[in-house]
Amino acid sequence: MAEDVKHDYHLVNPSPWPLLGAVAVTTLAIGGVTYMKGLFGIEQGQLWALAPGFLMVIWVMIGWWREVIKEGRTGDHTPVVEIGLKYGMVLFIVSEIMFFAAWFWSFFEFAIFFPARVGDTFDHLSPVWEGLNNFKEFPPVGVETFDPFHLPLMNTLILLLSGTTVTAAHHSLQHGKYDNAKLMLWITVILGLAFSGLQVLEYSEAQFTFDGTIYGSAFFMATGFHGAHVVIGTIFLAICLMRLYANNMTAEKHLGFEFAAWYWHFVDVVWLFLFAFVYVLPHLALGH
Amino acid sequence: MPMDEIALDHGHDAHDHKPGFFTRWFFSTNHKDIGTLYLVFALVAGIVGYTLSGLIRMELAEPGMTFLIHLVSVDAESIRAGIIEAAVNAGNVGAATDASVLAQVNEAILTAKTEASKSFYNVVITYHGLIMIFFMVMPALIGGFGNWFVPLMIGAPDMAFPRMNNISFWLTVAAFALAVLSMMVPGGNGVNGFGGGWVLYPPLSSTAGHSGPSMDLLILSLHTAGIASILGAINFIVTILNMRAPGMTLHKMPLFAWSMLITAVLLLLALPVLAGALTMLLTDRNFGSQFFDPSGGGDPIMFQHLFWFFGHPEVYIMILPAFGIVSHIVSTFSKKPIFGYLGMDYAMVSIGAIGFIVWAHHMYTVGMPSDMKAYFVAATMVIAVPTGIKIFSWIATMWGGSIDFSVPMVWAIGFIFLFTVGGVTGVVLANAGIDHALHDTYYVVAHFHYVLSLGAVFGLFAGWYYWFEKMFGLKYNKMIGYAHFWIMFVGSNLIFFPQHFLGLNGMPRRYVDYPDAYALWNAVSSVGYLISLVATALFFIGLFEAMIRRRKGEANPWGEGATTLEWTLPSPPPFHQFNELPVVKTEGGH
Repeated sequence: MAEDVKHDYHLVNPSPWPLLGAVAVTTLAIGGVTYMKGLFGIEQGQLWALAPGFLMVIWVMIGWWREVIKEGRTGDHTPVVEIGLKYGMVLFIVSEIMFFAAWFWSFFEFAIFFPARVGDTFDHLSPVWEGLNNFKEFPPVGVETFDPFHLPLMNTLILLLSGTTVTAAHHSLQHGKYDNAKLMLWITVILGLAFSGLQVLEYSEAQFTFDGTIYGSAFFMATGFHGAHVVIGTIFLAICLMRLYANNMTAEKHLGFEFAAWYWHFVDVVWLFLFAFVYVLPHLALGH
Repeated sequence: MPMDEIALDHGHDAHDHKPGFFTRWFFSTNHKDIGTLYLVFALVAGIVGYTLSGLIRMELAEPGMTFLIHLVSVDAESIRAGIIEAAVNAGNVGAATDASVLAQVNEAILTAKTEASKSFYNVVITYHGLIMIFFMVMPALIGGFGNWFVPLMIGAPDMAFPRMNNISFWLTVAAFALAVLSMMVPGGNGVNGFGGGWVLYPPLSSTAGHSGPSMDLLILSLHTAGIASILGAINFIVTILNMRAPGMTLHKMPLFAWSMLITAVLLLLALPVLAGALTMLLTDRNFGSQFFDPSGGGDPIMFQHLFWFFGHPEVYIMILPAFGIVSHIVSTFSKKPIFGYLGMDYAMVSIGAIGFIVWAHHMYTVGMPSDMKAYFVAATMVIAVPTGIKIFSWIATMWGGSIDFSVPMVWAIGFIFLFTVGGVTGVVLANAGIDHALHDTYYVVAHFHYVLSLGAVFGLFAGWYYWFEKMFGLKYNKMIGYAHFWIMFVGSNLIFFPQHFLGLNGMPRRYVDYPDAYALWNAVSSVGYLISLVATALFFIGLFEAMIRRRKGEANPWGEGATTLEWTLPSPPPFHQFNELPVVKTEGGH
């Protein structure tokens, strides 16, 4: 940058990554439709059709964020820029919350208006504020749901515990106790992996499927997208762990870690809502 | 800092070097260049969308299947061969030359062409809507003017995340490419493209309605456009919250920046819900989920709820930036500060907030309970209050002002007039009782084209003529600007005003043909389109005239009324402005 710049904002140099990213997304989208429907004479159902776009997206992510980390370490992230980045991360999480709003919306609509959908009229619906009553016919008879106080409860405890360990890691990092930070972050990552593993186990034991019933559709969509976010969050934390080992973060400067922790807490809170409404509430309403 | 001092400052960095052509335009991290890219993109997409609307008006110019039938192609050879072969098999050995068989062949080809042109019409209206909304109005108003003028107005050197800004642009281009591709691949009913309307309601958008890859590409196109817009929204919010010049409190911030802030918040909250609905649609189509499939207990109406939870804020997303632009223009050319700055500001805030709780007024006829209708009627009516505040404050700004009827000012006044017409018909449609009669008629088409095509687009042209000189450092020909306005004003009113009559008489929207009773006003409407074509030609003539003549622009061609920070910079502004941040000291807002 020119020397006569008298402000602390970050004027980013031209970068190829946005254009490449858009090309990658287009490739992924076309690959996705080729996989789902067949396109350009290629038969449907060929999983490799997703590969080029997917690999390009990963490549762009790595390239782009390497650039960001380098800029952060060479002093481009002044205090005012850091505030901007924090706002940005918060807003990203807000948009994610609204994304999950769509899944909860479908779940609640299916649960509350189920009697109306199977032939009753709206007039006979119990009012929304009668709470559990609305869930008494959902999921429909024949759909065997999970016992929430089995694996799901365990997963709840695992995520809550991981929330405390990631906070412990943050405190250690802030006080320069890098070894303790690494240990706590290791535990967090392992707890994240444990959650994902248990979720896979639970899915494999499901007595209903994504394509069978609306309960299954709503359940797997909501918990599946949450699971995807757990995996992303775990990768995010694991990269922070690698950066800790590379002496890439300091007690003063560790925005990447903070963002990973925020994201992790967001994933945690979403799970609490899933646990309460998707697992426990229908279970209580059915009186199992 | 006084105006001339800043201008002097930038005289020194006239040497600020721009990157080479490819790096500058393809790898850009400069808000002004990205704004220009958005404007160019919106022009291209706008030509496509406008051509599609031409196809609609030409088809509807007179009753009967008269126009699109000449544009579609059918496999005439195989129809001919099939019928002749059937006749030969039936014992007519001379079928190939038999006049009655040949007449049969011609009739079969005509029927096939008619059917194909009906489906093509559906595709045309669908893509007209989607392209105009997602690839013309939004990129121009938000991506184009937002990128150009939010940083300039708040005294910032660039956007908060310049690189992310660029991926917002390129993802919009990617989304457009996917949408165009989706027009060209099988939709599932024998024609290419998706023909279920821009609202994408299942079951038309389910496998039952359109089984082909076209709809899947369209879903992913809208996902991509959505990601672009969410990233853009984050960028605008952070820029506005974090990069205002010293002394510029939120209540001193220009109204255009305010309108972009509110627009960005709406985008951030509304688009992820659309993404959710689209994802459910995608899995319904491809992975067997049952969200919108009644046969599995799912609910197609839920898609409408999710869609309009996004879709209603979306209409404010399109109009709020135009509100901001018009406020500046009215104030500049009345040579008065805007009347009721804070009222104008919080009117937009409340329009944005209430915009989230009125969505089901788009769905009065789906069979919702009366209580629910009563609520949505009431909530929708409430929006007329802040909107009225804006209209009356613009009028009050002009009241007693020394008004300069410059080109942008006539566009802005045109906006106020036409938007008011659209707003008034909106109040009519807000009533569930009346809407039961008018739902999906041309009255609705007239209404939303008055607020968008004549509202948002007039706001867009107003902004174009207001800032053209600032953006490109060139003066345009005012006579062409005035001619563009008046011809467009006459043309677009002639297109859409008669549609009120058609709707009140019961002509349904999205139909390819109509009874003779509707012929007159449809003909008038199509003549209006031809007139608007002249206006659009004048727009491009004006653009090229300015590019060829290269009359050098001034820093502030509008004089004392133009008080916002962009007018303190030279035209065009330097590659990086405000290397030394301006300090805002003026009292009060705006």
